[in-house]
Amino acid sequence: MRAFTAALDLRRHVGRWSLRSASHAGRFFFMLLDLVRGILEWRVWVPRTFDLTLGVGYGSLFIVLLVAGFAGAVTSLQAGYQFTGQLPLYVAGGIISESMILELGPVLTGLILAGRIGARYAAELGSMRVTEQIDALESLGRSPVTHLLLPRILAGLIAIPALVMLANAFGIVVGYITARSSLGLTYADFEFGSRYFFRPLDLWYSLIKSYAFAGAVTIIPCYIGFNTQQGAEGVGRATTQAVVAASVTVLMLDTILTKLILGTAK
Amino acid sequence: MSIELKKVSKRFVDNVVLDGVDFFVAEGETVALLGPSGVGKSVLLKHIIGLIKPDSGEVWVDGQQVPLLGRKALALLRSRIGYVFQNGALFDSMDVFENIRLGITDEEQYADRDYCSKRVKECLRLVNLNEDVGRKYPSELSGGMRKRVGISRAIAGKPTYLLYDEPTSGLDPVNADVIDSLIERLQQEIGVTSVVVTHDVRGAFRVADRIALLAQAKIRAVGTADEIIASRDPVVQQFLERDFEMAIIQANEVPTTERRIGGR
Repeated sequence: MRAFTAALDLRRHVGRWSLRSASHAGRFFFMLLDLVRGILEWRVWVPRTFDLTLGVGYGSLFIVLLVAGFAGAVTSLQAGYQFTGQLPLYVAGGIISESMILELGPVLTGLILAGRIGARYAAELGSMRVTEQIDALESLGRSPVTHLLLPRILAGLIAIPALVMLANAFGIVVGYITARSSLGLTYADFEFGSRYFFRPLDLWYSLIKSYAFAGAVTIIPCYIGFNTQQGAEGVGRATTQAVVAASVTVLMLDTILTKLILGTAK
Repeated sequence: MSIELKKVSKRFVDNVVLDGVDFFVAEGETVALLGPSGVGKSVLLKHIIGLIKPDSGEVWVDGQQVPLLGRKALALLRSRIGYVFQNGALFDSMDVFENIRLGITDEEQYADRDYCSKRVKECLRLVNLNEDVGRKYPSELSGGMRKRVGISRAIAGKPTYLLYDEPTSGLDPVNADVIDSLIERLQQEIGVTSVVVTHDVRGAFRVADRIALLAQAKIRAVGTADEIIASRDPVVQQFLERDFEMAIIQANEVPTTERRIGGR
C-alpha cells in the first residue's frame, strides 16, 4: 500500500512539474511573439530604450571595468607564475589578450550584469506586477510588452556588447601594465605576442557571445519579473530566480557557443 | 452599452472564486458589487476588462464577448473602459501628469501635447485636485490623492464604462466620503455605465442605482437599496449588520438602522 502511494505521489509530482514546464514554455513563446509584434510600435519603445540604454551602459560601466581590470591583472600574474623561464616572455601578451577576448571579458561581464541588470529588471517588473501597474497598462489598452519589456531588452542588447568590448580592452591594458611591472614585459613583446596569437574570429566570437549573454541577462529576468505572483515575497523570489537563471544560462551559452564556433574552427 | 456576465465560473487551483455568476449592468446605470474581502469581487471586475478569462461562461461588454476578442479588438474595447485600481496602480516612475496622460487612449490625442495638457488639468479639476499636483510623483501623494489621481487617469480617455475596484478602501471616513461624492458627481457629469466594487455598505448605498451581493462564489442578492434591505436572505442580513457595526464605530454615532443603510 505504501509503495502504491509513493508511486502515485511520484506520478503527481512529475505530472505537475511537466504541466508547469509546458505552461512556462508556452508563456515564454507568447512573450517572444509579443516582443516581435511590439517592434512595429517604435514610437512607444524608442524614447524609453534610449533612456534605459544610457542607464544600463553608464550605470554598469564602473563595475564592469573594475572586474575586467582585476581579471586582466590576475591573468597576467598567473601567466608569469606558470610560464616564466619556460616560454618566451611575449607568450604572456598572447595569453592575456586571448583570455580577455575569448573568455574573461564576455563571461565576467555577463555574470556581473546577470546580477546587476537581471536583479533590477526582475525586481522592477515584479513590483509593477504585484502593485497592479502592469494590469493598469493593459486596462488602458496598451501593451506592457511594448512599453516595459521591449525597451529593457533592447537597451541590454545595445549596451552589453559595448560594455563587453570595453571590458576586453580595459582588461588587456591592465594586464599589460601588471605584466610590465611584475614580469618586465616590454610593449614590443606584449604587442608581438598579442598579434601572434590573435585571429579576427576571436573578436567575432567575443561579440557573438556578448549578444547571446545580453539576450540571456535581459529576456530571462524580464520574463520572470513579468510573471511574478504573491506580493513582496514573490518579488524577492523572482529576483533570486532571475539572477540564478540568467547566470546559469550565461555559462551554458558559453559552453555551447565555444563548441559551435571554436570547436569547428581550424 | 451594457455589461453582462452569464454563468461565469472561475477557480484558482482548488479555490472556486466564481461559480456560475450572472451579473448585469444596464446602460448609464451604476451597480455596486458588495461582498466581504477576498470573496472574488475584483476577480469579477477583471473579467469585465479581460484581465482574467473565465473557465466557463460568457462575458459581454458593449455587445462583444470579451474572452473571444483578439488583441486589437480587446485593446480598442479597453480604451473605452476606465478602470480605477484598488491602490491607484499609478506608475512610480512617472509624475502625475504623465500618469493621467497615459489614460488618454486615442493615439492622436495622446501625441498632441497641448490637448494632453488641457485634458490632464481638466481631469485634475474634476477630482478636486490642484494643477500643481501634476508635477508630483505618486510617492509624494497621500492615499486619498492617489485614489483621486487613479480616477483622473481612468476618466482621461472619456470612457463609456467606469469600473471602480475598492475606491474607498484604506481611507478614513472623511476621505471615503469625498471619493463617494466624487463618484456620484462623475456619474451625473459624464453619465457613464459604472460598476463599483466595495465592501463599504454605506458608500455602496449612496452611489449605486442597484446593489449586488457576492458571497460564497455566487451573487446572493441583486436589487435596489430598499430591496436589499428587505431581503430575508440570512447571508445578506449578516453582511449588512456586520458592516453597520463598523460604520457605527467609524462615525462614532448610533443612528437608526434604516437611515444608516440608506445613508440619507
